Amino acid sequence: MIRVKGLTVSYGAVQALRDVSFEAASGSVTAVIGANGAGKTTLLRTISALVHSTSGEIDLDGTQLVGKTTESIARLGVGHVPEGRGVIEEFTVEENLRLGALHGNESFSAGLADQFELFPVLAERRKQHAGTLSGGERQMLAMARALIARPSVLLLDEPSLGLAPLVTAELMKTIKELCVSRQLTVILVEQNAVSALRVSEHAVVLHVGRVAAYDRAEVVANDENLRHYYLGMAE
Amino acid sequence: MDGFLASRAVSDLLVGLHFGVVIGLVALSLVLIWRATHILNFAQGAMAAFSAYLGMSLLSYNVGYWWCAIASVFAGLVFGGITERVLIRRLYGKPEINPIVVMVGFLALLEAIATAVWGASGRAVPLPFSFVDWQLNSQTGQTIAISPEGVYQIVAALVVTILIVVLFRYTNLGLQLRAAAVAPEVSRLLGVRVSRMLTLGWILSSGVGAVAAVIVASNFGPGLTPTVMDAPFAIAFIAAAVGGLESPWGALLAGVAFGIMQQFVTDYLNNSDYVFLIALGVLVVVLMIRPQGVFSKSVSRRV
Repeated sequence: MIRVKGLTVSYGAVQALRDVSFEAASGSVTAVIGANGAGKTTLLRTISALVHSTSGEIDLDGTQLVGKTTESIARLGVGHVPEGRGVIEEFTVEENLRLGALHGNESFSAGLADQFELFPVLAERRKQHAGTLSGGERQMLAMARALIARPSVLLLDEPSLGLAPLVTAELMKTIKELCVSRQLTVILVEQNAVSALRVSEHAVVLHVGRVAAYDRAEVVANDENLRHYYLGMAE
Repeated sequence: MDGFLASRAVSDLLVGLHFGVVIGLVALSLVLIWRATHILNFAQGAMAAFSAYLGMSLLSYNVGYWWCAIASVFAGLVFGGITERVLIRRLYGKPEINPIVVMVGFLALLEAIATAVWGASGRAVPLPFSFVDWQLNSQTGQTIAISPEGVYQIVAALVVTILIVVLFRYTNLGLQLRAAAVAPEVSRLLGVRVSRMLTLGWILSSGVGAVAAVIVASNFGPGLTPTVMDAPFAIAFIAAAVGGLESPWGALLAGVAFGIMQQFVTDYLNNSDYVFLIALGVLVVVLMIRPQGVFSKSVSRRV
């Protein structure tokens, strides 16, 4: 479980996040939605300490994450799939996965079998360079590389970016299943609010760095004002 | 057969080969730093000479050659780590010209300190093995242009290169070294301690450079001087660029090729001044045809 309390982040004079608070429970997906520049990516990067907060707390099952390094947060079981997926193109699929397993809680061979069962296409591409994979395959590799470490938290930054609707739907289904079967705490950042809300229990709507709404996902999905003003969804 | 083995061309090839492996080692050390931190280390030669000075100064206390050689390499490893932590760390993320200026300045500084402390005249370093060429035929006295010392140099270079390649390709540490170099942020998100990996890259590189300096010091007429590595460094720099700054084997092979070229040019044209001219010519041609270097793999991408 992740508790974010009063989180504020500034880039120089610009406040990217202002007093953001919410909780993400294990075994559930929490969607973070909002327009471009709302601070969604900054929120995930702050949890992973790639960006430093000016004030506020981030608590992971009783451990304070603020002040820790990115590396040690990763080793505490926070898996982060960054925007643009971040697969290492020069590495083979297997090397990407080996790197992911190095500081995880499971042996590489056991983890590899797990991931290949979950994403069979990766087994076929095992010896291929990640640079030769398609967008969907890269997304699967990035997910598998985070999952192979057996994280307790999974931060997903725009996993649907650039994917066909059918592939996105499949991916969201996988995320949901994993979240339940492994009791993962998933924080899902999405531009695509509709598909994100469909798989989430709770949703945080960010608007220029502030929490505009924080509620159960179906409440957010059915709120006309939110849809209109913050999510830009057509009627 | 003896005549062929003793011929001028074969002699040049063999002499060039054991010059070349040393150039290859220096090129390899440049590749290691480039891969780890994307800095071209102009002070590589001076750092290597300095490390050799530190180790070989033990000769004055009647320490045996091999202990001094080991101490030199150890000094190189430590020196590389300290340099990265104290000097290089401040240069990450700065404009590309900054590390270049700093490294050239560091080169001048190290050579000045070495001159002040140990003098410019050079200190003799013993040869670990005989440099007398093997006889092919005791009646005719024909020799083949290779000695136990030459074999030692070639074996040492091969062993170092193989160790580096195995480390990078087959170990978890090597995987993290490579990952930290190409994707530092993603590596950190996966728990890799990137800053340690960068330091380790400098440690390894400086250690390899020290191996080269120890070998050169024994074979160079005046012995170990503050600038003893300047010429091998300059050729190695070109070799590394030709071989492609990403590839350890490419660096070694390009170094060997340039060593052999150097020997043929010096022997047949009787003028070693042409060596750099030809080396730079090769560099220009390679940069025009294959700018990533001869041995660098480029990953094909699906768009």
